[in-house]
Amino acid sequence: MNVQAWTFTLIAASFALYIGIAVWSRARSTRDFYVAGTGVSPLANGMATAADWMSAASFISMAGLISFMGYDGSVYLMGWTGGYVLLALLLAPYLRKYGAYTVPDFVGDRYYSQTARIVAVICAIFVSFTYVAGQMRGVGIVFGRFLEVDVNIGVYIGMGIVFFYAVLGGMKGITYTQVAQYCVLIFAYMVPAIFLSLMITGNPIPQLGLGGVDQATGVPLLERLDGLHEELGFAAYTGGTKSTLDVFFITAALMVGTAGLPHVIIRFYTVPRVRDARVSVGWALVFIALLYTTAPAVAVFARTNLLASVSDTPYAEVPEWFTKWEGTGLLEFDDANGDGRIQFVGPGSPQTNELTVDQDIMVLANPEIAGLPDWVVGLVAAGGLAAALSTAAGLLLVVSSAVSHDLLKRALKPDISERGELVAARIAAGAAVVVAGYFGAHPPGFVAQVVAFAFGLAASSFFPVIILGIFSKRTTREGAILGMISGITFTAAYIVWFKLMHPELNTAENWWFGISPEGIGTVGMLLNFAVTMTVSRVTPEPPRTVQVLVELIRIPRGAGAAHEINP
Amino acid sequence: MSGDPDSPGARQRPSITDPEARAAQRAYWRRNVRYVGVLLIVWFAVSYGFGIVLAEPLDDITIPGTGFPLGFWFAQQGSIYVFVVLIFVYVALMNRLDREFDLDERDEA
Repeated sequence: MNVQAWTFTLIAASFALYIGIAVWSRARSTRDFYVAGTGVSPLANGMATAADWMSAASFISMAGLISFMGYDGSVYLMGWTGGYVLLALLLAPYLRKYGAYTVPDFVGDRYYSQTARIVAVICAIFVSFTYVAGQMRGVGIVFGRFLEVDVNIGVYIGMGIVFFYAVLGGMKGITYTQVAQYCVLIFAYMVPAIFLSLMITGNPIPQLGLGGVDQATGVPLLERLDGLHEELGFAAYTGGTKSTLDVFFITAALMVGTAGLPHVIIRFYTVPRVRDARVSVGWALVFIALLYTTAPAVAVFARTNLLASVSDTPYAEVPEWFTKWEGTGLLEFDDANGDGRIQFVGPGSPQTNELTVDQDIMVLANPEIAGLPDWVVGLVAAGGLAAALSTAAGLLLVVSSAVSHDLLKRALKPDISERGELVAARIAAGAAVVVAGYFGAHPPGFVAQVVAFAFGLAASSFFPVIILGIFSKRTTREGAILGMISGITFTAAYIVWFKLMHPELNTAENWWFGISPEGIGTVGMLLNFAVTMTVSRVTPEPPRTVQVLVELIRIPRGAGAAHEINP
Repeated sequence: MSGDPDSPGARQRPSITDPEARAAQRAYWRRNVRYVGVLLIVWFAVSYGFGIVLAEPLDDITIPGTGFPLGFWFAQQGSIYVFVVLIFVYVALMNRLDREFDLDERDEA
């Protein structure tokens, strides 16, 4: 079997698995559809959360991104893991105790206000759609690269699969497919990483290989890479070039954004008890950390390999994988000085750089660089698809439940029957898949740029009002509504100003206090906190029933009892 | 819409008028907030402290037996390991606290 045949077989097998799981785990009630009947074990929920969370960007692009950014790439590593500590300590147990179906559900009830509910619904849909369009695009790109089909056809195939299991199974179907998708994606990520680590450092554990000794030279690997960087005029790999303040703010925006993303929060509604919610966040982070501590190792292995194997090499003698990936446009060589050799150098070098490298190649080409068998290439394709599909499904569920539950059931038509709501949820999920697919196939120019900012928007809207809703009984509806609106408006305005209206001004000198648009969500969050707390001081305190509700949320006992009363 | 009878929160409202029970619940909450505070200080120290603000001076130290500059290690490896440990420590502390105050969930589920 050749690479194409392996890729096709492995993708088809994984899709058959997802469909099988969807049929087995159909949703029979709205409770199944929204929160998987709250019967998911903490371990399974941890895996599902990890797959939900890790998108095509984590799987395909992150290691490459880090390998170009060096130390600065730490913002993603810490930012996208540290948020789980906030989730476990500040959010998940209380939201599980409350026993709602969605995030706007909690916001609307805690802030005794339909306006707060509607603002939360709009924020949830806005954040989720910005994110999901990128995922559908990711599905298309993986198909395009590995099976050489048109990107749009790839998007439609992905839509069909997600449509099937999200519409049929709701949260229940999504949860168990995500468990399978996690297994596929982590296996696909670890196999090439372990081989690369063995090849370069002789240590099979990539996390240790990263701190190990380079087999070829006998020098510690990171020292060798820093040396290569210096020689070729790049900034030191372990040093970084961003300002400390900006690194600080970007990390904070990503961490808090993670803890405020509705599709992550609702995963912790699906476990049976409060203590399950706590430990489930721990398992989620274990499964995420496995990939996130491997990624910086892959980044260093791939970077060292690339610099050592192509730098100053005659173009006629490049390794085979180089020629193959040149065909995809991910590698481009332009012999500026006509000496027939590849000069791959940084801004600090007197020579001109002749090689353009796309970040995605660092993961996609790994199996070939490491000389692994053809089936591993197919495995990486199936892993990339698993990562993109699992995240897309989780996001689509947020959108559909925001429409059918928060808007229809809780606001517009409270007397809708259980069956009617389930039908509405399925229609909303189906419609959301179609809209997401449309954006995936016809991405408006701004989507790609805006995806990364979903975090800033989530950080500046949900996180402060949920935390304050639990930890401060005095927080009022007026405070929460104004806080959410001011936080998300400020953040969105700053991002739109620098990324869409005036991209030419998007440099450190023009930023407020040197904070980039990526990090501005942190300021938006602080603004939201300040507005919510100040306004709460000067408005009438929440009704007695709400204060009692907050006291009940704070203690674990009674969450199980809600089962028997809830349908 | 707190009075909405369909609100999941509204349906699970046992009476908490007993002053002794309320005092115990407040004590439970204070202990929880203290645990959270201490753990978040560690969370902040390993990431924003060692991994970002102090990363440069810490890079002068290499972890013995490896090639890791210490600040770089905290930023790309160590902080993540500590995050995992923090969550499991919190789980253990809270499970104990729930039992101590007799507020743990009975196996109704």
